[in-house]
Amino acid sequence: MATRLGMEVSLAVSEAVRLARADVIAAYPITPQTHIVEHLAELVANGDLDAEYIPVESEHSAMSACVGASAAGARSFTATAGQGLELMHEVVYIASSMRLPVVMAVTNRALSAPLSVWGDHSDVMAVRDTGWIQIFVENGQEAVDQVLCGFRIGEDRRVLLPVMVHIDGFHLSHMVEPIEFPSQSEVDDFIPPIDLPYRLDPKKPVTMGDFAPPVVYTEVKWAQEIGLEKSKDVILEVWKEFGARFGRHYRPIETYRCDGCKVLLMTMGSFSETAMTTIDRLQANGEDIGLFRIRLWRPFPYEELRQTVRDADILIVLDRAISFGGPGGPVASEIKAALYPLEKRPKVVGFIGGLGGRDISTTDFEAIVRRGIEIARKGSSREFEIYGVRE
Amino acid sequence: MAKPEDKITWKDVEPGAVVTEPGSACQYKTGDWRSRRPTYEFEKCIKCALCQIFCPEGAIKVNKEGYYEADLYYCKGCGICAKECPTKVITMVEEKE
Repeated sequence: MATRLGMEVSLAVSEAVRLARADVIAAYPITPQTHIVEHLAELVANGDLDAEYIPVESEHSAMSACVGASAAGARSFTATAGQGLELMHEVVYIASSMRLPVVMAVTNRALSAPLSVWGDHSDVMAVRDTGWIQIFVENGQEAVDQVLCGFRIGEDRRVLLPVMVHIDGFHLSHMVEPIEFPSQSEVDDFIPPIDLPYRLDPKKPVTMGDFAPPVVYTEVKWAQEIGLEKSKDVILEVWKEFGARFGRHYRPIETYRCDGCKVLLMTMGSFSETAMTTIDRLQANGEDIGLFRIRLWRPFPYEELRQTVRDADILIVLDRAISFGGPGGPVASEIKAALYPLEKRPKVVGFIGGLGGRDISTTDFEAIVRRGIEIARKGSSREFEIYGVRE
Repeated sequence: MAKPEDKITWKDVEPGAVVTEPGSACQYKTGDWRSRRPTYEFEKCIKCALCQIFCPEGAIKVNKEGYYEADLYYCKGCGICAKECPTKVITMVEEKE
């Protein structure tokens, strides 16, 4: 029997980790992720969660400890943000390359310098190519649901990959929202006990994290790429089962009132709910515009994206990270690349905004849409524009 | 025995490139790295085994006559044995090919 509670999203994420019966939590507190690991420490200290809590001295160690725990066959969780994710960067690759199903919540944060503890997607985009399954959420309920799905997906023997759940720092992590928690028995039915094919076990020794000379490295990396690509079938299967069990349905691309629209707006993360309000307002004025969001950032949902934009003439993309010196925001660049092979494709107009915690309001989204349509029709001297920068 | 390395396809790779065969590292021919090889004047050898103790690869074995000699499949040619030998049995020479 599910329970509906008003709770800060960070604490709710911790409760999801408790319900998933994590065995090992290794974490270092960093704003805006701190409440997640503080609450997990409380849950372990109070005996509400039977787990090893390893208070490490850095994020590099946090991920290293999770890698070790997962290699030993334990269900492992960590959370971080911004600089912390950067500091653990090399080990982030190791978790995925060793096919260890760690689950990590990232409360997305801007990167220094100058120091900013506030949210944007700079940290996400820096780990874009690390081989993790990456899922964006827009509200507290989704955060809880995707942490639960993350363990189930990652530990599936057809997947064996770590999963990142992206939760916008402050804008989402620090909100108090009504959240429905499944019961312990419902979660136990959904997430079976962890049973990995290879474990560090003296009774059956294996070598993990070996070295690979040039003669085999390419084969190992291709196997990893195919593994991540194929994980999508399992992600879809798990989301379908989750929907059947709990009544909340998830898709790689989430659409909002966009069927047949000639103009589309694309967002990722918690700003999407604000964008929905703008879409409602514009459609009420008879304007032909809809919204979609990329939920599954990795593996990238090519087919669903192409299907979603098939009728559109203009696609306006909001990125919350700069790719310095690059051809635009990272998401807009990928969308352009994904649509390039199509004969009929919308004009993609990229904006960067919401950096370092700056709000984008419903009226801001309206201004972005207006300017986006203008650029699509008249062109621009720039590859992308940054919204709201003071001249 | 697993496939030779150059016959392994991506489908043969275990998840995470886990190695399930014990002792497979001994197949790795570190002797390929060598640019100089040890040569021996065994008549000077006092069988003290210092070369074996100092060898960072554990590549030195005892031959039929009881002398200490590098296994060239593994010997990387570092020359530490030649440096440490108290009776100067070992001379490092250039590999020709």
